[in-house]
Amino acid sequence: MKKKYSIFSLIKNAFSYHENWGKAWKDPTPKKEYEAVIVGGGGHGLATAYYLAKKHNMKNIAVLEKGWIGGGNTGRNTTIIRSNYLWDASAGLYDHALKIWEGLSQELNYNIMFSQRGVMNLAHNLQDVRDLKRRTHANRLNGIDAVYLSTDEVKKFCPIINTSPDIRYPVLGGTLQRRAGTARHDAVAWGYARGADEMGVDIIQNCEVKGIKRNGDTVEGLETTKGFIKTNKIGVAAAGHSSVIANMAGLKLPLESKPLQALVSEPVKPIIDTVVMSNAVHAYVSQSDKGELVIGAGTDDYVSYSQKGSHDIVEGTLNAILELYPIFSRMRMLRQWGGIVDICPDASPIISKTSIKGLYFNCGWGTGGFKATPGSGDLFAHTIANDEPHKLNAAFNINRFVSGDLVDEHGAAAVAH
Amino acid sequence: MFIINCPYCGEREQSEFKAGGEAHIVRPKQPTELSDDEWAEYLFMRKNIKGIQFERWNHSHGCRKWFNMVRDTSNDEIKAVYKMGEKPPIE
Amino acid sequence: MTKNLRVKTGKAIDETYRISFKFNRSTYYGFKGDTLASALLANNIHLVGRSFKYHRPRGIMTAGSEEPNAIVQLHNDSSRTEPNVRATEIEIYEGLEASSQNCWPSVNFDIGGINNLLSPLLPAGFYYKTFMWPASFWEKYEYFIRRSAGLGKSPTKPDPDIYEHKYIHCDVLIIGAGISGIMAAKVAAKNGLRTILLEEKPNLGGSTIYQDSDHFKINNQNSGSWLEKEINEIKKLKNLEIKTRTSVAAYHGYNFLLARESLTDHLPINQRKDKTRHKLLKIRAKKVITATGSIERPMIFDNNDRPGILLSSAIKRYSDYFGVACGEKNILFTNNDSAYETAISLIQKGINIEAIIDNREEVNSKLIYEVEKNNIKIFKGYTVTDTSGYKRINKISIMPLSKDGQKVVGSKTVLSCDCLGVSGGWTPAVHLFTQSGGKLKFREDDQVFIPNIYPSDQLSIGACNGDFTLDEILINTPKSLIDYLNIENTEYDNLEISSSTNKSKRNIWLLPSDKILGKTKSFVDYQNDATAKDIKLALREGFRSIEHVKRYTTTGMGTDQGKLGNMHALGIISEIAGAKMGELGTTTFRPPYTPLTFGTIVGRNIGEYFDIFRKTPIHDWHAEHKAEFENVGQWKRAWYYPKENESMHEAVQRESKAARESAGILDASTLGKIDIQGTDASEFLNRVYTNAWSKLAVGKCRYGLMLNDDGMVYDDGVTTRLGENHYIMTTTTGGAANVMGKLEDYLQTEWPELDVYLTSVTDHFATVSVCGPNSKKIVSEVIPDLDFSDESFTHMSFKNAKIGKINCRVMRISFTGEHSYEINVQANYGKSVWEKCMEAGTDFNITPYGTETMHLLRAEKGFIIVGQDTDATMTPIDLQMDWIVSKKKYDFIGKRSLYRSDTIRKDRKQLVGLLTDNPNEVLEEGAQIVADINKSPIEMLGHVTSSYYSPNLKKSIALGVVRGGKNMMGQKLIIPMEKKNINVTVADPVFLDKENKRLNA
Repeated sequence: MKKKYSIFSLIKNAFSYHENWGKAWKDPTPKKEYEAVIVGGGGHGLATAYYLAKKHNMKNIAVLEKGWIGGGNTGRNTTIIRSNYLWDASAGLYDHALKIWEGLSQELNYNIMFSQRGVMNLAHNLQDVRDLKRRTHANRLNGIDAVYLSTDEVKKFCPIINTSPDIRYPVLGGTLQRRAGTARHDAVAWGYARGADEMGVDIIQNCEVKGIKRNGDTVEGLETTKGFIKTNKIGVAAAGHSSVIANMAGLKLPLESKPLQALVSEPVKPIIDTVVMSNAVHAYVSQSDKGELVIGAGTDDYVSYSQKGSHDIVEGTLNAILELYPIFSRMRMLRQWGGIVDICPDASPIISKTSIKGLYFNCGWGTGGFKATPGSGDLFAHTIANDEPHKLNAAFNINRFVSGDLVDEHGAAAVAH
Repeated sequence: MFIINCPYCGEREQSEFKAGGEAHIVRPKQPTELSDDEWAEYLFMRKNIKGIQFERWNHSHGCRKWFNMVRDTSNDEIKAVYKMGEKPPIE
Repeated sequence: MTKNLRVKTGKAIDETYRISFKFNRSTYYGFKGDTLASALLANNIHLVGRSFKYHRPRGIMTAGSEEPNAIVQLHNDSSRTEPNVRATEIEIYEGLEASSQNCWPSVNFDIGGINNLLSPLLPAGFYYKTFMWPASFWEKYEYFIRRSAGLGKSPTKPDPDIYEHKYIHCDVLIIGAGISGIMAAKVAAKNGLRTILLEEKPNLGGSTIYQDSDHFKINNQNSGSWLEKEINEIKKLKNLEIKTRTSVAAYHGYNFLLARESLTDHLPINQRKDKTRHKLLKIRAKKVITATGSIERPMIFDNNDRPGILLSSAIKRYSDYFGVACGEKNILFTNNDSAYETAISLIQKGINIEAIIDNREEVNSKLIYEVEKNNIKIFKGYTVTDTSGYKRINKISIMPLSKDGQKVVGSKTVLSCDCLGVSGGWTPAVHLFTQSGGKLKFREDDQVFIPNIYPSDQLSIGACNGDFTLDEILINTPKSLIDYLNIENTEYDNLEISSSTNKSKRNIWLLPSDKILGKTKSFVDYQNDATAKDIKLALREGFRSIEHVKRYTTTGMGTDQGKLGNMHALGIISEIAGAKMGELGTTTFRPPYTPLTFGTIVGRNIGEYFDIFRKTPIHDWHAEHKAEFENVGQWKRAWYYPKENESMHEAVQRESKAARESAGILDASTLGKIDIQGTDASEFLNRVYTNAWSKLAVGKCRYGLMLNDDGMVYDDGVTTRLGENHYIMTTTTGGAANVMGKLEDYLQTEWPELDVYLTSVTDHFATVSVCGPNSKKIVSEVIPDLDFSDESFTHMSFKNAKIGKINCRVMRISFTGEHSYEINVQANYGKSVWEKCMEAGTDFNITPYGTETMHLLRAEKGFIIVGQDTDATMTPIDLQMDWIVSKKKYDFIGKRSLYRSDTIRKDRKQLVGLLTDNPNEVLEEGAQIVADINKSPIEMLGHVTSSYYSPNLKKSIALGVVRGGKNMMGQKLIIPMEKKNINVTVADPVFLDKENKRLNA
């Protein structure tokens, strides 16, 4: 058993100068065979392993990570969590996640700092207003706590937004989901890793998958930089690199991996206490507990695995930030970085079996995967364990691209894909 | 940001161009004779390669011509550009 | 009381020009050329701020952009105030006000200092382990955490300053005007290359320029004097542009760099008005030479963060360059010869040195002999183990090091001081190199990372390439330049050099102490309060990669991005984990090198320049007639024209009635217009629209619906056949550019065999649409020569005509269901034609109407608006527009997708009309539609897409999409609103004139 984290354990360890804390997770060498192997040690992969062990009693499983856990999009995103999606299928999926978020720190005994400071989406033209109202009505009927706000209410909730009617694209209204908010991204990966490790999951870092071995239409194992690993179930949660893994198995996915950039300002005392997203002028911002303004930029339009995007995207985003928050002009950009996001044509994810038995994919989260982490892990674990999707992820199967039953959420993402 | 050597105009800033995704996916001549699976393959499935990718670009704020590019998507190095209908200069 | 610690005129100071400034509300004086840091030091002020986590007192540590501690809030007024400004970078000016940050009530007495006492409870990552009970309390804890975090304060009013962008292209860009950068600039420019030299400081010359010692000579002159002559020479070179106060922030791929040129920050406030504050230089360089120098390393020992502890090189710079002594009882602590250069400078200036602690046992160089000659005590083989003095260092403890440097041995000596200079050797400033994608290698000899593989056409020279001593720089730089610039020789190939520095160095990342590590506070990241024991804790807890340790301990995450401590963090990890430094790798240096204000990045793209305004040629008329405008894409479209005190509703009702009862006029110029020519134009249209075009006669118009290849409705509009091989297509206002792009794409890449040419002519034409029963009378008066008789000019046809000498195209087409004409003229005649129509329509109460009325009128007729009544999930069949989908055509864009298993379902959402039971109840657009309100979970069948009160029908009408709606005609449904349920009946979406009688009225 791991030692429980609490204020008391902190006090106790203070007396021994914190020299007796144990490892949050082990550093095992891979076994020859596992019941299931998860490819990708980001939040989604680690959560999948955690729920496989916890809810499906699969203890002999491994998570393979080519770098260090949480080092991909988990550690690079702007940490927004919300569930105010338009379609029933999406609302079901993301609200399932949101409900898990609400008790996750306690469940993992790891403070992932889920902070329900609310997420506001702004409308800047009449069609935005229609779309946001449509979404709010759908949310309400789906039991999701979204409300529509007038411009004055937007201003009241977040006074620093420039709601003057004289700006280029005035704020005409907005929606607010109060249960939405942010969490500490690294902690999510670390908390799930610690939890999974405690239940016997092998978390293997610096282990890159090089090939997938198949016998006919069934998987038999993986070639990795740490040798061959035998398994009958492979769950891939490799985000931007999903297609790379799929290609190893001879599959093509409906994905394109593109650069997505984000940036933070230098830390300042609290100035914005909620998350504000604007689709039309293309800016979203929140403030971290450390005090940095966390700003999401957009995607470039070309495929790239370089984790770099173009400066024009950053400039465009900051243009929009200053349009809405002229007071931030003298704030300084401290860091900018890029991630690789795997985007589906309908801006919805895939949590699905494939045509190859024992090979499962959890991908296509585009610009918005972080918020789904716990729900995605839970549902992916269910799908892998039962070889059948849960009803909440049934709509997110790969076959929808054949049948045409897409879950078009372009309107829901702050980033136009 | 890249400098792209448009086959018609020469070297220009990336901001003059739009990317158009994977190249050499030919639109089927007889779509109605394809199965749903085959049509989906054309419509949505992509190699999404990490490494040398053949892709389409459009000089949208220039000559408006579409052309092909060979680019290493792992480091964004442009290896070659060539006109539509031409054979790739690199295997 | 403050002392005056000026020693004698420094290189950069103009003692004849005194400047007053305020720090923490008290007034002080400095001289022109001072930085805020040098001016504060001259006033014997070291304590400048408080640290992030423990609120420990912190002072000035460096003399440059790597400063972690001395960061201040500049200005007090709410628009100009600026947080986290480095005191070491800001040049003082008349009117400067600066205050300490992150402390309350004051920097001298800060309540937050209690965190320092609680620090045993606050190890790295403590917050992940606590604040979890009770579950609902996190946000309450967080409230306090947020308030104690952060550093300075954001402005609360808009920025009064102006920022600009400038594009620069050059043959060679040189970053850094130290000795190697200056040599490179001269060589490049003299070889005919267009060269730009950028320097972040106000003056050229780096640290050599104030080197005035017999130990460093070039061609028999002191190196500083030699360099000064070189600088004077390069200033005359024609090919060379020099920019000072210009900091390179980012080095992207393809030699694209961003630099900030600071133009007014050093001027007195009253001289800044209307001047550009910063210019963001967007540079494309054929070649880049990085000469960014190196940053001195601090040393990691217990309490190494107190005010009064500075980098040894900073002490030298303050004394030589600014003429300021950092203390009266100085001690230097070093592991290499650099501190002796500082000592010699201090001796020259008569500044007292108490002692030098050198962790090397065997040391000999000319520099050390000279220091020893001056009777300065050198403790060889010693280390500093601790310091004391809460708000200013007053004592240090030193102990001898064991042979292996792993522990301290022997007895402790305590020395008093008021300033401690530390020199841990040098770290090449490779940040820009790695940003560009460059790969580093680790040099074991002196434990530094240096450039190894260049990703683009670039070169690193001087200290940033690992050449730290004068002789190395002077010998290697010309050689590198000859190679890189492909030239025969340089004028520097045969310099006579004398340099006394010995390169020996005893690198110990974490110095040993007589205390256990857990009891020490040896800071690695000063700003974020990350200590060596935090790093050890992270490793103990299983965080192995450098990125994990960095994130868990927050090392290197401050506003200085770990310029001082990152190497030590790496070193400590490698020691504890037993891994080789070269194999651990470094963390990624992310742009920008030094933080850039948002305003600088944005430049002029603010306010009215945020995005292009597209105005129709008739815009001014609308504005003069008090139209309200709607943003549609980038266009400003007249939305409605309120008269007197009319509400929008009243105006729209009036406009709609007028259009149906007599005449209305609409500015339709924003619709996209694409001119299509070529022998295959008809075939092209066949392929891009769902309906057939081959048989459309010349002079006729046809409505077309365009799909994506996924079968979903993409755009619509009327296309007119102007000639055998000539069409003009109209698109939706918002979709114009995308449609054009899509058509070009198919034409060039899928169907290059088609002889078709596309030209966007949206901006070339103005379109005036006149509708209503009296429209014919009005247009006949405007264009008297044209035969408007119904026999000659039928609905859906077109004629060329002239208004006076103006050519125009007249289409008889209708989006309102009324008898209607569209007059297209060359854009610059648009307003005059509009005015002619207004004049001709006076007797008919011609009423200008905006987009809102247009939407209402078309909804009465059940015409869709793509994007409002459709989203990306509607097929033409869903819209009940089966009639427009050709069954005969072999293929068109999107056809195949209409026959997929999901798209052929009968219960898809379909467009229907909706009538409220209460005819006065207008539905909300976007409201959801259900059949059974009691079902749980509630099943949403669709939503209301368009909804209006129709003054012509005298009832509320709406369009909506409903699952299986096609077969629900007459069925009752419910619109569940927040506070009530509204009953509706599914109806035909054509509410008015289904027989189209009005078209010919």
